[in-house]
Amino acid sequence: MAEVIVEEKGKGGKKRAKKVVPRLDMTPMVDLMCLLITFFMLVGALSKSKVMDIILPEKIKDPTKQEAPRISASRTLNILLGPDNKIYTYPGAVKPEEYSAVPPVLPPLAETDFSAEGIRKVLLERNRTLAKRIAEFNQQVLSGKIAISQDSARNYVSRMKTDDDTGPIVLIKAYKNANYGNFVDILDEMNICGIARYTFVKIAWYEEKMVEAAAGISSTATASAK
Amino acid sequence: MPKIKLPHRSPHIDMTPMVDTFCVVLTFLLLTSTMRQPEPANVDTPFSISEIKTPDFNAMTFLLAPDGKIFMNFDNGPDTILKYRPKILTEMGKRYGIEFTEAELRNFEMQKSSMGVPMNKMKEWLDTDDNNLRKSLQTGIPMDSTDNQLASWILYARQVNPNIQACIKGDTKTQFLVVEKLLDILQEKNVNRFSLVTSLEPTKINLEEIQQ
Repeated sequence: MAEVIVEEKGKGGKKRAKKVVPRLDMTPMVDLMCLLITFFMLVGALSKSKVMDIILPEKIKDPTKQEAPRISASRTLNILLGPDNKIYTYPGAVKPEEYSAVPPVLPPLAETDFSAEGIRKVLLERNRTLAKRIAEFNQQVLSGKIAISQDSARNYVSRMKTDDDTGPIVLIKAYKNANYGNFVDILDEMNICGIARYTFVKIAWYEEKMVEAAAGISSTATASAK
Repeated sequence: MPKIKLPHRSPHIDMTPMVDTFCVVLTFLLLTSTMRQPEPANVDTPFSISEIKTPDFNAMTFLLAPDGKIFMNFDNGPDTILKYRPKILTEMGKRYGIEFTEAELRNFEMQKSSMGVPMNKMKEWLDTDDNNLRKSLQTGIPMDSTDNQLASWILYARQVNPNIQACIKGDTKTQFLVVEKLLDILQEKNVNRFSLVTSLEPTKINLEEIQQ
């Protein structure tokens, strides 16, 4: 130890010159270390980023040989990411004769946003059965009613998603003015709501028109921007 | 009655055990933490609930700056003798008719941050020590249809390291057009699985919310 406690010897008597205690003052060192620790803790904690996996359907390079997968229109929910953090949704699909008519007959878009009251409500509404089952399962795991490892719990949830045939098929499309944050947010929302089937597809020209009409962007302005 | 004399001690706290503890904590933090590399562009990643950790190895990371530039980074492999980085650069050099010296390859291997240098400036970038010049050369990887260097980087990265995984690290404000272009190029090269780099933000929805 750096500090040695010297006992006082004798009483009274001559006043001697006090012995110099061989002591090191550690306080500055402690200060310095405190600083260093704080620094490393902050830097270390910030560097831990996470990843979210997404698998996109294979690109169809030769349309004559491969055919786009068919999905039932009644289960389809289209989500269009618009400008200014807005989301537009419409159910089902637009038939070719509807959008190629002059003027095109397009379904109206419902506008919502990224808040918990917005898109999450819409998604939960359509995904009620599956979301409920997943939430109940997670609740049971958390409360310890089901003793299961984290990995197998994750597998179980993913199996529930594969077996599910009630939830919506969500097609995510992004208008060109949307930003990357919107894209990640909507994928995150899919994970939160436990949507089993979702994918990202390229926006069609008539859907761009629909967004432009709903957001009040004139198509001439966007044409010149191209 | 004589007074009870307390032993006279100096009001000094012994800091040594505290120093010892701090030393241990500091060493622990030093060993476990990975230092953040200064990136050529500041990127605020969006938040998600995902808890999967970013892979340390076998990853190629695309950094999407808010102004639409794309930077790329890949690791040297889980083992230092694999030397993926110089191998990929050599392949790129062959493709664009540039031969890199041993020193340049070493320099490229040592780079930890993302790079966004067009191939014709690559030699200059690797040779210079001037930080300002280095920075000004980082103009993003060209990806026009006439000179798609990004596609070549992806191709050779996957040739040299078949297990490489595509990670996309974008800024929240990056225009979606840039992202779409990158996804297009990646899918052209048959990469269909992506990892989007995000920061963790836990959100839980409870049963009541679903049942209401």
